[in-house]
Amino acid sequence: MAAKKHNDPFWWTLFGAGGTLSAFLLPVHVALIGIAIPLGWLEAPGYESLRSLVEHPITRIYLFVLISLSLFHWAHRFRYTLYDGLMLKHLESYIMVFCYGGALAGTIITAILVITF
Amino acid sequence: MEQTITLQVQRYIPEQYPEPYFQSYEVPLRKKWVILDALNYIKDEIDGTLTYRWSCRMGVCGSCGMMVNDRPALTCATFLEEYAPGPVRITPLDYFGIIRDLVVNTDDFMGKLKRAQPWLITDEAKPLSEGAYKQTPQEKAEYEQYSMCINCMLCYSACPVVGLEPDFVGPAAIALAQRYNYDSRDEGEDQRNEELTGEGGIYSCTLVGECSEVCPKAVDPAGAIQRYKATGAVEWWQSVLMPWKGKS
Repeated sequence: MAAKKHNDPFWWTLFGAGGTLSAFLLPVHVALIGIAIPLGWLEAPGYESLRSLVEHPITRIYLFVLISLSLFHWAHRFRYTLYDGLMLKHLESYIMVFCYGGALAGTIITAILVITF
Repeated sequence: MEQTITLQVQRYIPEQYPEPYFQSYEVPLRKKWVILDALNYIKDEIDGTLTYRWSCRMGVCGSCGMMVNDRPALTCATFLEEYAPGPVRITPLDYFGIIRDLVVNTDDFMGKLKRAQPWLITDEAKPLSEGAYKQTPQEKAEYEQYSMCINCMLCYSACPVVGLEPDFVGPAAIALAQRYNYDSRDEGEDQRNEELTGEGGIYSCTLVGECSEVCPKAVDPAGAIQRYKATGAVEWWQSVLMPWKGKS
């Protein structure tokens, strides 16, 4: 009995990549921007220098990948949270549209922002 | 006077009572007694009608798995003293149908085991004259951990996904599939992938990890499933990005 071709490996890849990236990188962002700079451990970068950093093409790509994959990580996790935590498996198709659709919408918005910034 | 401990044992005798109920037994609290010794004491000295499975008493046969205070355990490897002063609740393994008292129905598990095809699959059987299938110690080490599974089904009772999704093939079956996938003599990976990357397969697992926590043989089914997910993902991307490559 051949099981039908599933897209789960696809979603799982985005989930895994997003989880790994965000687990390693988001704490660095939080530590720098949320703790070290406000507490004065590090000198605050001026508006101009931070802006020129974000405008650099590599930073744009970095931010896009980090934000988009983190969103897909959320989407997959939240999908299963709704299935198992709230027992909503019977709403599977709506949940998938909501979760992955949300992540896709976030990805598109992120793309527009990093291109037009 | 000898110290005692109370065992609250779930009974189910369908021909007499339609619902399971609890019965308490007071047994001696002896050092070096495991839960199974206490059950055997009940059976021999107090109530011969109590029904449960057991065989080897040494953590090898995998038949005495039960819920001890709501946690899956081999009763032959769980000391009574750890639960003093008691009482200790003994119930059948979670998520299985009960046949009688502490005996669960394993039919569903057997079917799932079959889905994983945990046996050596070769494209062509080698004629006997060519001798044995040889393997180096390194090749054996690849899968040895997963071969330690004794089919005790504790991981099924520990897994919330098993409880929620009746079709989920489950931890032990997937670990056993990996036991053969990683075996240098085996050629059945494609067949197993076909069965296990689809509905109710490896991607139903949400990595709760309790299967590995309760495993009495340190098989680490959760790890086996994670490795399988990664393999399945690589295969999926290959089939999408390089469809001409076909199956290896």
